[in-house]
Amino acid sequence: MKIVVLVKHVPDAQFDRHLSGEGHTTDRDESILSELDEYALEAALQLAEARGGAKAGNKVIALSMGPAGAVNAIKKSLQIGATEGVHLTDGALAGSDAAATSLALAAAVRHLGADTPVDLVLTGMASTDGETSLVPAQLAERLGLPQVTFASSLEVDGGRVSARRDADTHSETVEASLPAVVSVTDQINEPRYPNFKGIIAAKRKSITTLSLADIGVDSSQVGHAGSWTRVTAAEERPPRTAGTIITDEGDAGIKLVDFLAAQKLL
Amino acid sequence: MANVLVFIDNPGQALKKSSLELLTIARSLGEPAVAVNGELSDDVAGTLGAYGAVTVFRPSAADLDDYLVAPKAAFLAAVADKSGATTVLLENSPEGKEIAARLGIRLSAGVITDVVAVDADGTAHKSVLAGSYTTTAKATTAVTVLSVKANMVDPEPATAPGAPETLTVDVPADATAAAARITSREQKVASGRPDLTDARIVVAGGRGLDGDFGPVEELADALGAAVGASRAATDAGWINHDAQVGQTGKTVSPQLYISAGISGAIQQKAGMQTAKVIVAVNKDAESPVFEIADFGIIGDLFQVLPQATEEIKKRKG
Repeated sequence: MKIVVLVKHVPDAQFDRHLSGEGHTTDRDESILSELDEYALEAALQLAEARGGAKAGNKVIALSMGPAGAVNAIKKSLQIGATEGVHLTDGALAGSDAAATSLALAAAVRHLGADTPVDLVLTGMASTDGETSLVPAQLAERLGLPQVTFASSLEVDGGRVSARRDADTHSETVEASLPAVVSVTDQINEPRYPNFKGIIAAKRKSITTLSLADIGVDSSQVGHAGSWTRVTAAEERPPRTAGTIITDEGDAGIKLVDFLAAQKLL
Repeated sequence: MANVLVFIDNPGQALKKSSLELLTIARSLGEPAVAVNGELSDDVAGTLGAYGAVTVFRPSAADLDDYLVAPKAAFLAAVADKSGATTVLLENSPEGKEIAARLGIRLSAGVITDVVAVDADGTAHKSVLAGSYTTTAKATTAVTVLSVKANMVDPEPATAPGAPETLTVDVPADATAAAARITSREQKVASGRPDLTDARIVVAGGRGLDGDFGPVEELADALGAAVGASRAATDAGWINHDAQVGQTGKTVSPQLYISAGISGAIQQKAGMQTAKVIVAVNKDAESPVFEIADFGIIGDLFQVLPQATEEIKKRKG
């Protein structure tokens, strides 16, 4: 099986995050592999291992689009167990919205499938920076593939993928033929950590760098020029200030109700 | 006048409040048309008219619910073409956003999600990076696709209600070709509580509950609220994962968010930051949640919550 896992280098949500520059883009200084992508990588590794792993010709390709630093998300993926890495990087990509991102990623997936076809594209359920969840569906639409999103379990058998999805009011199982684009939730598995062996092995794995020219995309189709939305203003929300803090002296529940009544929230 | 299209998926016997909100926003942008998937009852058709819908478009196929989103996006794209809509509004549910995503590609239209307000010219306002920034965004394309969060406007019927014309639109022949098929579906037991994503009030519990969600659920029921939880509580298995609010769960923007036994680490704050009013109950006075609470109680939630529940019941008589 040939599986492409989309991995994103995102600002660490443990710290304050900032928007900067003319396009109000995210400041990526303190970035890490997006936590939600680790579940997609783990799902890919399990599918590959169940079929005999790399020795049996299974490939798990970690693909990241982003500036120079994004290579760190790929390196981490290789340490965890991906078989190869691909870094799509080009100055013109900066500021791409979901539509432009999905255009570039679709071209990259087609490029990676030029010799032997890609069976599955796996992604996290959302990036932890943009948080739009648009890219998996847009990538599927651009590639003309079925999408199976928010999978909380996944099976691949005989050219078909089946998954379980949990919504608020119902759970469902869905089925699609391969190739397909699948996004997974953080309920699907327990991602493994890189171990010493993995870290050493990663040093011998290759990372291919692709430019827009390599994947046949014109710079006008991506970045700010190719985006269909524009952020025209960004304002840091004034920090919420603490209101009244009381210590319970046996009547705090009643004071709470008084507060709700005063706010007309009852 | 601009044509605005609202997508309503399976309205059932009565329109949800969030659908009425979309219709209200649509009227502020132009002349509203509605695309409805699923059954259309006379009551719902009447309400659509009362909210100013001029045209109601229905799909030529009844099996769109058998697939994941793709055919709904194909239907909606066909309706957008036919109606000449320049703005399409959808609800901000996970499915709503994905339909918006695919629709955007089909129409070569910019998509903006998590919208909290829309100006008359289609400029959208949203909050990003877990509520730490508010941004203004605009599509640069001929058509704009917006998924709008619930509880952002008060639903208001049109001043001059009409009787919308109903038209059937062909679902494109290729709509289901590359779509994932839903092979089985189980309804979950209805909690009787409002949906977390569009609830007006959310009562959320965390690690401090120590496995017992009873006090949170009872307070939620007294307030007619939804129940939420921190990741610590869902990972511990104390409550279903559906209840998780925050970075990897649901983003909510209720009028009131009551946080009980949640310390308020940065990712937890992400879930509550955009609530209008935050109340926090925690026995640790050092909890970061007190930095953002409008009303904070340092105390034992197992005392405070039941007392509040009793008091609310008493006052509501």
